[in-house]
Amino acid sequence: MTVGIVAFPGTNCEQDVAYALESLGAKTVTVWHRETSLDGLEAVVLPGGFAHGDYLRTGAIARFSPIMAAVEKLAAEGRPVLGICNGFQILCETGLLPGALIANRDLKFICRPTRLRVESTDSILTRAATVGQILTIPLNSYEGNYVPGPEAPNAVLRYCEPNGSVTEAANPNGSTEGIAGVANSSGTVAGLMPHPERAIEDFMASTDGRVLLESFIASVEATPAGVSGG
Amino acid sequence: MRAVVTITRRREIADPEGATIQRALVDLGYGEVDSVRVNRTVEVSMPGRDREYVRSAVQGMCEKLLANPVMEDFEIEILD
Repeated sequence: MTVGIVAFPGTNCEQDVAYALESLGAKTVTVWHRETSLDGLEAVVLPGGFAHGDYLRTGAIARFSPIMAAVEKLAAEGRPVLGICNGFQILCETGLLPGALIANRDLKFICRPTRLRVESTDSILTRAATVGQILTIPLNSYEGNYVPGPEAPNAVLRYCEPNGSVTEAANPNGSTEGIAGVANSSGTVAGLMPHPERAIEDFMASTDGRVLLESFIASVEATPAGVSGG
Repeated sequence: MRAVVTITRRREIADPEGATIQRALVDLGYGEVDSVRVNRTVEVSMPGRDREYVRSAVQGMCEKLLANPVMEDFEIEILD
């Protein structure tokens, strides 16, 4: 079971994601964005950073990097595709996830732990969690303010208070309905703004990122090989 | 031939940058300013192409890359 981690020019979390996934038992390989194939890989992560300098809009240029056709093909086969932070922005630009991400409500770069409530376990990101579970995961973004498209998104994580209630006070960036993470309708493509790979070791502020990455790994193991031989 | 594309965020989508500038303008004494929206312009140069070709090509560029249909509209102006 090998997970591809795509690195664009400006990506800066690919090693963190590789470390986290491997410490949880997965094998990973980093794939440069100029590559055109993900053959032999069973899932893919688009990690955080500032792909192509975030020029034009976050993720707008990355959407047309050569590797993205292979990412879309993997998604069409039902294989797990996860976007973290900038990777989430890229998946929205690509149309694999609904909505868009704009500048934070208060125009501040936010770098601090946030509390998230699990809204649904029907996704590659949350299947090992429980509905209502509260996770502490760091957020690290300027453009994390989620705007949905015309249809209600499949929200899997929302920013919340310590008691789990979703309020504007607990909403760090102005995201619509406090949405921190969404999945496509089948749950096989997911994205979130906070960084689960930064919450996996005892020396970190939290280890709550593990359950999300374990969900992803379990999803990879549970997804049958595609017609391409996966 | 050049095209100038103006990309605007839809009214129903928040514009935190515009809102911040609006508050600053009020602080500067322009109390009558009730809204500011920050738009983006992109200038595209395509030498040796006629007006209709450029308009059609830039329309495609906007739909594919320059504007995000989830939250933005665009207008194209062709300049000689």
